[in-house]
Amino acid sequence: MSEQNPKPNQASSEPSKQTATEVFLEEVARPSAPKGASRGRRIGQVLLIPALAIFTGLLLGAVFIILTTPSFYAAMKVSVVDGLKEAWNIIYVAYGALFTGAFGSPSEMWAAFTSGDPRAIREAFYPLTESLLASTPYIFGGLSVALGFRVGLFNIGAEGQIFIGAITATFVGYALTGLPLLLHLPIAFLAGAAGGAFWGFIPGFLKARTGAHEVINTIMMNYIAFRLSDWLLTGPMKRPDSFNPVSPTILESAKLPRFFGEPIRLHWGFLVALGMAWLVWWFLFRTEWGFYLRSVGANHHAARYAGMNVPLAIILGMTLAGALAGMAGGNEVLGVNYNLAMAFSSGYGFDSIAIALLGNSHPLGVVLAALLFGALRNGATQMMLTSGIPIDIISVVQAFILVFIAAPAIIRTIYRLKKPAYEEGTSALAGGWGGD
Amino acid sequence: MATTASTAKLRQKIEVASPTRQRVMGLLFLALGIAIWYFFSRGFEQGIITKFGMTPGGQTLKLPDLILPTVTTINFLAILCVLLGLIQLIKPGGFGHYTNMALGIVVAAFIFAFLTWAAAGKSLNLAGMLNTTLIKAVPLTLGALSGILCERSGVVNIAIEGMMLMAAMSASLFASVTGNLWLGVLAGVVSAGLLGLVHGVLSIKYKTNQIISGTAINIFAIGMTSYISSKFLQVNQLALNNPGTFKPIALPLLSKIPFIGPILFDQNIFVYGMYILLIVIHFGLFYTRWGLRMRSVGEHPRAADTLGINVFRTRYISVLLGAFVAGFAGAYFTVGSVGGFDEVMTAGRGFIALAAMIFGNWMPFGALGAGLLFGFADSLAAKISILGVQIPSSFLLMAPYLATMIVLAGVVGRSRVPAADGVPYEKEGD
Repeated sequence: MSEQNPKPNQASSEPSKQTATEVFLEEVARPSAPKGASRGRRIGQVLLIPALAIFTGLLLGAVFIILTTPSFYAAMKVSVVDGLKEAWNIIYVAYGALFTGAFGSPSEMWAAFTSGDPRAIREAFYPLTESLLASTPYIFGGLSVALGFRVGLFNIGAEGQIFIGAITATFVGYALTGLPLLLHLPIAFLAGAAGGAFWGFIPGFLKARTGAHEVINTIMMNYIAFRLSDWLLTGPMKRPDSFNPVSPTILESAKLPRFFGEPIRLHWGFLVALGMAWLVWWFLFRTEWGFYLRSVGANHHAARYAGMNVPLAIILGMTLAGALAGMAGGNEVLGVNYNLAMAFSSGYGFDSIAIALLGNSHPLGVVLAALLFGALRNGATQMMLTSGIPIDIISVVQAFILVFIAAPAIIRTIYRLKKPAYEEGTSALAGGWGGD
Repeated sequence: MATTASTAKLRQKIEVASPTRQRVMGLLFLALGIAIWYFFSRGFEQGIITKFGMTPGGQTLKLPDLILPTVTTINFLAILCVLLGLIQLIKPGGFGHYTNMALGIVVAAFIFAFLTWAAAGKSLNLAGMLNTTLIKAVPLTLGALSGILCERSGVVNIAIEGMMLMAAMSASLFASVTGNLWLGVLAGVVSAGLLGLVHGVLSIKYKTNQIISGTAINIFAIGMTSYISSKFLQVNQLALNNPGTFKPIALPLLSKIPFIGPILFDQNIFVYGMYILLIVIHFGLFYTRWGLRMRSVGEHPRAADTLGINVFRTRYISVLLGAFVAGFAGAYFTVGSVGGFDEVMTAGRGFIALAAMIFGNWMPFGALGAGLLFGFADSLAAKISILGVQIPSSFLLMAPYLATMIVLAGVVGRSRVPAADGVPYEKEGD
């Protein structure tokens, strides 16, 4: 979307002679990027810390894997050189499997292409498309948290909003009968968004009206959503012919169509997610309302003095963030699972926080970060099969990345980078529980 | 935001005596009283009774069952609530400083009426239920105490969940390997302390957003414990995940008190640890120089710094102590209760502990009250299907979260957050 030519309109104050890349850099740049610096340096500034954070996170993950592998200690007993060889071997196998699991093996792809068999080609590209599939809910979730950050809100409740979105989308998906796909699918998807929006609206409203901190309220709302889904899946929404707490399967007319034949599961939800990323970018940076929301996020005192309706912005911000998270839930139900089960969540909401931060709360950054996390998640499955390393290692790596993004000073200390003139950070978000 | 101690006190006074609050409370009492009568007292034939068992399971000391006439009891409780409501509304100033106590009585009456109604014509082991309540309250109260220690000094800690999970895993692992439960507890406390150190360094030294830091610790703890569990513990359950549990110790004399004795004083060390920590932390916070300094750092770090208090050191110590308490709470899950580690076994109790801390208004005994209330909701949820009441247990399990949101919204009294909670401290001219 950075290639988009920004159309000058009344809301944007950027002079039209700026190129698209420069406008984008302005939006995404951490304040540390010096204004006068060359374009190359500024791009470097934008990408350097996240790249180093990802690299260091993977490195620490590797150390963790080595230290928890018994064969490393056995080799260490023989000699240090053997130990290091074994360590390299462990990581080569593990991260090799992670890579092929996430992107597929190039040689297999080439062989499939030369054979010309469409089924073989699909199978060769299967890992790559699975990564894109896995990143789809992350894009929605990351956008949700990022939008919240831009309004100065910490939406830690994406998890609950995803749950509610999944519930409403599932319900509409199986209960609404007799509609054609063109009608049923959008309604089901929007029902997911509406469910999430409602779940986001409540803490937004409470913050705007009573000053109750959205972090606590969204955490509480997460658990209320879990209990609610427990009840629905064992009661009103339980599949009549099943002993397990599973909802009925959604109708064919509510399923997101897939792009290719078996075994590729990638579906239209991915394009919708990219579309939403563009829409969020357009809304935040190209509309008057987006400008309002960002102003409230940057400094709500100033925004109030400028005559903006701060409570309304807070409510709108949380509601939109909830809607985006709800779409993640709807997407998973309508595109992948086709029903709702108890173990639906796999921590999308909490990963979304890491994604939003890694993407510096910019839609394009969020998409890139989501693609990375999707690839990691998907590749880790292959890694588990090949080398027996539990998939949970990805959470450890993600936690490291999150820490390094949130505390860039650590990265700068490790790599002896110069301290920027102006300390970046998310300090605008820090604040007491009581709100203010 | 910068509220000094005196204005805070003034605000509290205004709020306690505020006419709106008085009216809201009075109406709430009335409403609960009427609700008791409307929902619980009607539709019974005359002469039906409710039996409450007064002896927890496995006790030699037997008390006779408490037998109550259902309708009369419920009506009495309803009238009590209505009376309290009328006093609160009519008397100038209402109950004043005792409003919260009156609220406690009304809530207790409501719960008791509910139990009497639910167990009408049947028998319910009240003592057993209170016993479960206390046991379920242990990790919640301890977790809330951990939160109080951190937040009173101005560091938000939403990583209680992660710290408890990590401690639960290490306690189980170390106790199994060494064969010593106490070493297991120590390992749990130390491992949570390490996470606390990370939280401290990130939020105090690097001034990271404390919620992000807490989230990172939670994600890390879930990943790390699940990783070690599925790679080692599950593969070799007998050698690595079989710590056994602490046995209850009956305190001499105290455990012989009828009814409450066996419930309160025939428990394992985690319950006694909770009592001790409650008293120590309450006394420490409000009656020692250390506590005063710590609270001043949480309320107004700049002023504390000016007076020569080392803000950073105070916060580090508080966060570490808080993490140790969370570690103790986490060890409870494995060596105090289940006797083995399961993936993600804390199941959000760290967040209920956070809720209990808020609900208890950042006070140790408030945290105990909230922990007991939430523990009661939990034990009731388990009982409710046995009693055959047509209320899904999920709704009872939601109650703690709903109650916290209501308190936070200021509907029933305003919560008093430490003023500098969550705000990193920057020394001037640094």
